[in-house]
Amino acid sequence: MSEKPLPTPGQTVGPFFGFALPYEGGPELVPPHHPRAVLLTGTVYDGAGEPIPDAVVELWQPDENGDIPSTRGSLHRDGHSFTGFGRSATNLDGVFQFWTLEPGALPDSSSVPFFSVLVFARGLTDKLHSRIYLPEPADALVADPLLSSLPAGRRTTLIACREPDGSLRHDFHLQGEDETVFLDFG
Amino acid sequence: MAVTGISDQEQISGEIASIQAEYEAGLANGAAVNNRTVLDYPPYRSSLLRHPTKDLHHSDPETIELASPAFGHRDVDGVESDLTIQHSGEPLGERIVVTGRVLDGDGRPVRNQLVEVWQANAGGRYIHKRDQHPAPIDPNFTGTGRTITDDDGNYRFVTIKPGAYPWRNHTNAWRPAHIHFSMFGNAFTQRIITQMYFPGDPLFPLDPIYNSIVDPAARARLVANYDHSLTSPEWSLGYRWDIVLTGQQSTWFESEGVDA
Repeated sequence: MSEKPLPTPGQTVGPFFGFALPYEGGPELVPPHHPRAVLLTGTVYDGAGEPIPDAVVELWQPDENGDIPSTRGSLHRDGHSFTGFGRSATNLDGVFQFWTLEPGALPDSSSVPFFSVLVFARGLTDKLHSRIYLPEPADALVADPLLSSLPAGRRTTLIACREPDGSLRHDFHLQGEDETVFLDFG
Repeated sequence: MAVTGISDQEQISGEIASIQAEYEAGLANGAAVNNRTVLDYPPYRSSLLRHPTKDLHHSDPETIELASPAFGHRDVDGVESDLTIQHSGEPLGERIVVTGRVLDGDGRPVRNQLVEVWQANAGGRYIHKRDQHPAPIDPNFTGTGRTITDDDGNYRFVTIKPGAYPWRNHTNAWRPAHIHFSMFGNAFTQRIITQMYFPGDPLFPLDPIYNSIVDPAARARLVANYDHSLTSPEWSLGYRWDIVLTGQQSTWFESEGVDA
C-alpha cells in the first residue's frame, strides 16, 4: 500500500454503554480469593470535584514477572489464566475497582512497574490514556523515564497510594488542581 | 466559556460554526490538519467539566502499551454478531448488514481482535434504564453485539438501522442515527471507542458530538457507505465501514504475513 490510510477518529462512549461494555468478571483479572490478589480502586472526578458515575476504566498490564499476557479469555474467565485485561464501569459514586496481580517490571525497560489504563466517560469526547504506577520502592520512581520528565507536582497523579490493608487507591481527576496526567503516544 | 441556562439549536449551531471557522482559518494560515477529536468542545455541554485542561503529555510507549490484549472465539460466540436473533421474534426496523475491515495505520489487517457494538432500536430508544424518553422498547431487540475480526481484519454484524434519539444537551437536541463501536488494535495505543453514522443524515450539522471532530474529512470517515452489493433480496440492506487504528505499535514481523 503506497499511501497510508487516514485514522478513524474516536467519539464519546456516551451515556448508554452500561448494557453493552461491562461484563461479568470484567473487573476481576484474578479471583478476589487469589492469594496475591490486590484490590485497585478509586474514583473518577470531574472538574467540579464531583464523581463521574458514567465512566469506564480499562486496565492492561504484564503479569507479576513482567511478561505480557497473550492468553485469550478476558470475556469468559476460566478462574486461573491471567489475561492482563480488565474493565470496570464506575458505580453511582464514581468508583471503579479491579482485583488483579501487581505488575512486574517489563524486561529490557528502565520503566518501573505500572498498570496501563484507559478512561472513557460520557462527556469525554475521546479516550484518555494514562498509567498507574506502584508506589514502592519510592526511590526507584524518580528514575522512571516518564515520571522523571514530569514536574514533581504532577508526577504524583500517576502513582497509586498504598492503603493500610495493602490495597491500592488511585483517583482520576479529569480537570482541576489535581488533574491527572494523560498521555499522548503520538 | 460561560454557559448559563439551556441553549437552543441556534446557539449550539452558532458555536459549532465559529469553532469550524476558526479551524478553517488556521488551515488557511498553514496549520496542520487535525485528524483527532477535540477534547475541549463546549457545544457538547457535558464536556465542559470532563475534558483535560492541560496538554496531553507526549510519551514513548513501553512494550505493554505496544501490545494488545488477546481475544478469540473463546471470548465471543459466533451468534453474538447477529443482533436480530437474540429474542424469540424479529425486531422492528430496517434489517441491515454492517461490515468492513479493521486496519492499522500502515494498512495491515487487525486480525483476531474484539469488536463490540451497541445501539438504539429502530424507534431511537436504548434498552438502558436511564433512557426514559417515550419511544417504544422493542421486546425483540437489545442492541448489543460482539465479534472477532477474521484473518483479513473483516468484521460483520447483522442488525437493524437505529433511529435518531433525543437528548438534553440543548432544547430539541437530536442525535443522528449511529452505532457505537469499540475496537482493540494491534497495540493498546490503538484502542478506540467511536460511533458509526449513516450517509446523508440531515442531523449532522446540528450535532455537537459528530462535530467534535473539527476536520470535515476526518469526521466524514465515521460515515458508512451504502453498498448495494451487500444487500440481500427481500431480506436486508447493507453498509460498509472500514476502520483505521493508528498509534504506535510493535514492529510488524514478516512471518505474520503482509497483504500483497
